[in-house]
Amino acid sequence: MKIAVCVKHVPEGSSKLDPGSKRLDRSGEGALNQFDANAIEEALRLKGDSDTEVVVVSMGPEKAADSLRKALAMGADRAVLVTDDALAGSDLAATSKVLAAALERESADLVLFGQQSSDGDGAVLWAAVAERLRRPVISQAAELSIAGGTVHVKRQTEFGYDVIEAALPAVVSVSDAINEPRYPSLKGIMGAKKKPSETLSLSDLGVAAGEVGEAGSKTEVLALGSPPARGDARKIEGDANAAQAIVDFLAEKRLI
Amino acid sequence: MTVRASDYPPPFSASEFVAEPTDPADERIEVGILIVGAGPAGLACAVRLGQLLEEHPDVADRLGEVPVALVEKGKQPGSHLLSGAVVNPRSLRRLFRDRYHVEDIPGYGAVHGEAVYVLTRRAAVRIPPPPTMRNHGNVVFSLSQLGRWLGERAEEGGTMILPETAAEKLLVSHGRVVGVRTGDKGRDREGGPMGNYEPGADLVAKVTVLAEGTQGHLTGVALDHFGLRGGEPQVWELGVKEIWKVARPLRNVVHTMGWPLRTAAKYREFGGSFLYPMGDDMLTIGMVVGLDYRDVELSPHDLLQELKTHPKIRKLLEGGERIGWGAKTIPSGGFHSLPKRLHAPGLLLCGDGVGMVNIARLKGVHYAIESGRLAAESAFASLQPGATPAAALGSYDAAVRDSFIWRDLEEVRDMRQVFGRGFVVGGALATAMTASRGKINLGKLPAEHDAEQPLLRTDRASRYPIPDGKLTFDKLSSVFASGNKTRDDQPNHIRIERRVPLEVVEMWVNMCPAQVYEIGTEGGDGTATVQLAPSNCVQCGAITAKGGRLTPPEGGSGPEYTLT
Amino acid sequence: MPILVFLEHHGNELQKGSLGVLAKAAQLGGGEVAAVLVGANVKALAAEAGTFGATTVHVAEDPSLEPPLPQARVDVLAKIVRDGGYDTVLFANSVLASDIASGLAARLDAGLNWDLADIALQDGKLVGKRPALQDSVLADVGWKTEPRIALFRSGSFDATPTGGGEPKVEDVAVELEEHSRGAKVVGQELEESSGPSIEDADVIVAGGRGLGSPDKFTLAEELARALGGAVGATRAVVDAGWYPYATQIGQTGKTVSPKLYVALGISGAIQHKVGMQSSNVIVAINKDANAPIFEFSDLGVVGDLHEIVPKLVELLNQRT
Repeated sequence: MKIAVCVKHVPEGSSKLDPGSKRLDRSGEGALNQFDANAIEEALRLKGDSDTEVVVVSMGPEKAADSLRKALAMGADRAVLVTDDALAGSDLAATSKVLAAALERESADLVLFGQQSSDGDGAVLWAAVAERLRRPVISQAAELSIAGGTVHVKRQTEFGYDVIEAALPAVVSVSDAINEPRYPSLKGIMGAKKKPSETLSLSDLGVAAGEVGEAGSKTEVLALGSPPARGDARKIEGDANAAQAIVDFLAEKRLI
Repeated sequence: MTVRASDYPPPFSASEFVAEPTDPADERIEVGILIVGAGPAGLACAVRLGQLLEEHPDVADRLGEVPVALVEKGKQPGSHLLSGAVVNPRSLRRLFRDRYHVEDIPGYGAVHGEAVYVLTRRAAVRIPPPPTMRNHGNVVFSLSQLGRWLGERAEEGGTMILPETAAEKLLVSHGRVVGVRTGDKGRDREGGPMGNYEPGADLVAKVTVLAEGTQGHLTGVALDHFGLRGGEPQVWELGVKEIWKVARPLRNVVHTMGWPLRTAAKYREFGGSFLYPMGDDMLTIGMVVGLDYRDVELSPHDLLQELKTHPKIRKLLEGGERIGWGAKTIPSGGFHSLPKRLHAPGLLLCGDGVGMVNIARLKGVHYAIESGRLAAESAFASLQPGATPAAALGSYDAAVRDSFIWRDLEEVRDMRQVFGRGFVVGGALATAMTASRGKINLGKLPAEHDAEQPLLRTDRASRYPIPDGKLTFDKLSSVFASGNKTRDDQPNHIRIERRVPLEVVEMWVNMCPAQVYEIGTEGGDGTATVQLAPSNCVQCGAITAKGGRLTPPEGGSGPEYTLT
Repeated sequence: MPILVFLEHHGNELQKGSLGVLAKAAQLGGGEVAAVLVGANVKALAAEAGTFGATTVHVAEDPSLEPPLPQARVDVLAKIVRDGGYDTVLFANSVLASDIASGLAARLDAGLNWDLADIALQDGKLVGKRPALQDSVLADVGWKTEPRIALFRSGSFDATPTGGGEPKVEDVAVELEEHSRGAKVVGQELEESSGPSIEDADVIVAGGRGLGSPDKFTLAEELARALGGAVGATRAVVDAGWYPYATQIGQTGKTVSPKLYVALGISGAIQHKVGMQSSNVIVAINKDANAPIFEFSDLGVVGDLHEIVPKLVELLNQRT
């Protein structure tokens, strides 16, 4: 069986927006998106001691290789990085197109995603990728198992849990509650360098430059500004009727 | 009754951190040469080894799959590095020869001009820079950035860098250092294993180079285990600094003395401040204070905040924004505190870990780099066919003693003690000593451990500024600005006596720039318990100087410095 | 500008978030707004959609559409958008809605802007308002092509009835794609209301050191109960063992953005602030007038929480 895990290299520390491009400044240090670690961990648990292959796939700048190496250090078998200057500024449409092309190449039985990315705070990528791959998608998996060619998921929603099944091949995104990602062992870190790792460009995937990056994106950032100030902040001091004042305030804000 | 922190030593013994390898032989990780610490010393050692192994592939072959490995407890090289720094470039030139020039290294350029001021609360009197503070020819760097760059060069040369890995124990077998045991990961607050518990591993090597920096954990353990401690106890300064984005560039390298430190001898407040330009739109400002101070209410963190309220300094920062903060100790005992020997069987010791710092000039980076380079040469020599390891490693000592490291440190050997006599007398003596190149000196004054200073109390804390969140900040904001996001449920990594006189707890509370310590419950008999928030810790090392003991927490924890 | 709004329902209730988006769309659409209902017995909800502004309601009703799975809904919406010529599709965020919105974007090769707090017409173009970087920045985001798809933060708009009348109801029959039929719901576990979880709660009452002792957390619990919210804690009190780590809010705990955040005895250190600063309304009670939390709260009350909170709970309980 082959499991592909999509991961992202995200800016580390306090993020900054580049006022020129109005996009996230990705020039500084980066790290593996913490939520993707849950997806890698889940793939490794499913693999166990079997000869299931776990491939990590990422689209990003060259230094995204660092995050892929961390995934290899955790125990993934192979890494694929899609990198190309034309990719900068890709939105969901462009990104999902590229990832789908890379995943088509892999033909994995199961494709895993983490619950969100800490830079875009988006929880939207997997459904778009699944649509392009024309595979069933299940999100927010709090528990996951595979038996007889079927993936069995306990999916967390606002109302409780749905128990959902789908025949493989399928796409699943895991919630951060599903597991506690392992620390790479020292042997794992040292062995990561020797594991196979490939770099693909757009032409390797057969995707035209015009379909990606700013040119291929269907959305754009028009302007950056400050959010409206908190408005009339009020302060009450030494008021014997503070409790009533709070109730009045909450009522005024239509919170009660 | 005089209260001294040293009367309440922490529950710590070096022997706890010395062990034989315990992993089964086929699970031990074998490397050729193991370096601990991705600071200037460790990285210089790695770079030099890369050069030597490239020239001698036959030696490289005999070192196995991983000829050189470097373990670093921070997230990456640079995460735990902090200094001023105005660096003497001679060591970088010796290390790289014509492969790279100093101009190729990311930095902030040569020093243009210097200014030294003596500060009072409202005024600043400019004085000619004393001979110890002339920086012509030196270059401003961010040590954290320099570490990142050196890390890339080390990896290019073939070193395998293993970040987020703490070296917890020294592996010693038959009296010989054979490597280190790395720290466990995934333990909870009580030390029990969590779901993702990952035990440490025995990392064995033919030669181990300890380049852990100030308060180096295994360095301290090794000095005790092998009986290498020098004549005088080591003493430390605590440096606290900030990086600011500024509206107008700073032109000069600035040093100040005097306010807000008190000059009377009884306070023993030795130190000063520095401001270094970092390009046109940034600068770094820091405060350095000797940890032999006596006032329970002295807070180095808050002294820096107070410093910024000086009219001259406030003006420099106007319109600017704080973008980074950090703290780290500096060993200041100098020549007299160096260990008796810098090597032991299978072991070499470098850099700040053994105190190679010229505190009068606030310089240590270039000594660290040179010591790392010399350690590489000795380690390499010890691996040649027919070499006697003991003689080869011993050659490191000889090389260091022949180098400018030894010469410089010897020249300023009594500088620090002199300032124990107070600023005015001390200043005059220091100038006389430097001008005479060390020929005028006072013989050795009795030196004490920082923790042995008798504590006194003033109302110093009443003068610290109330943080306004724009110019001045509180400790938790500073911890945030260091990039520290250590998980809270880690085991406590600080060894400390938990019930001590109230003055001692108060001293620790004020001393720590990261708000790790708090007064717990008061005993009613003048004692109190100490409460800790270890995840705030930025691993500056001050606690080890003042009565506790810092050990490395889980690899990857602590600050994530980028510009310090 | 023909706008289509996806209405989510659970059981027999239309979700407030979707109704809020519908009301907003009614404003933007200048009177004409269409809504979509997909499920097993949803036609009955069409009238309610009308009272919140829908002038047309497309209904795809079939027992096979009952399970709350996204892909069949993508099929339904794609057909409606193509046949009806809609150029804008709006969603209120939920686990289900975000999957539908992004699946639809991929199906139609359309642009999706998500995590929006608002949307407006500027110079004749629709512009989304997207908070970023822990809400310290507000970005204007746009679409370069049509249809435009937007996903709004839950609770962005109030669900206020617009007094609209009966909408036109149009039945939709859809052939599902093969991959849309792949997932099957084989069981459900609905959670009992032991109170909302911190991440989903609309109201959070958080306690800090100012509570004084662990047993005083009952004050936070009672207030949370009175407000229908969840209880949170600061790092300091979790460290001290007063409350479980799962409730810790802050840099090394959870990040939340409820409609209402009540901070009891919390100083407002930055490590805590970054975990809750994008809450809609922040009320802080602390006896220290200089506590940093007052710099970013909407209502700051300097006083003794041990006196104020019990009275507050009493007043709130009286109202209900």
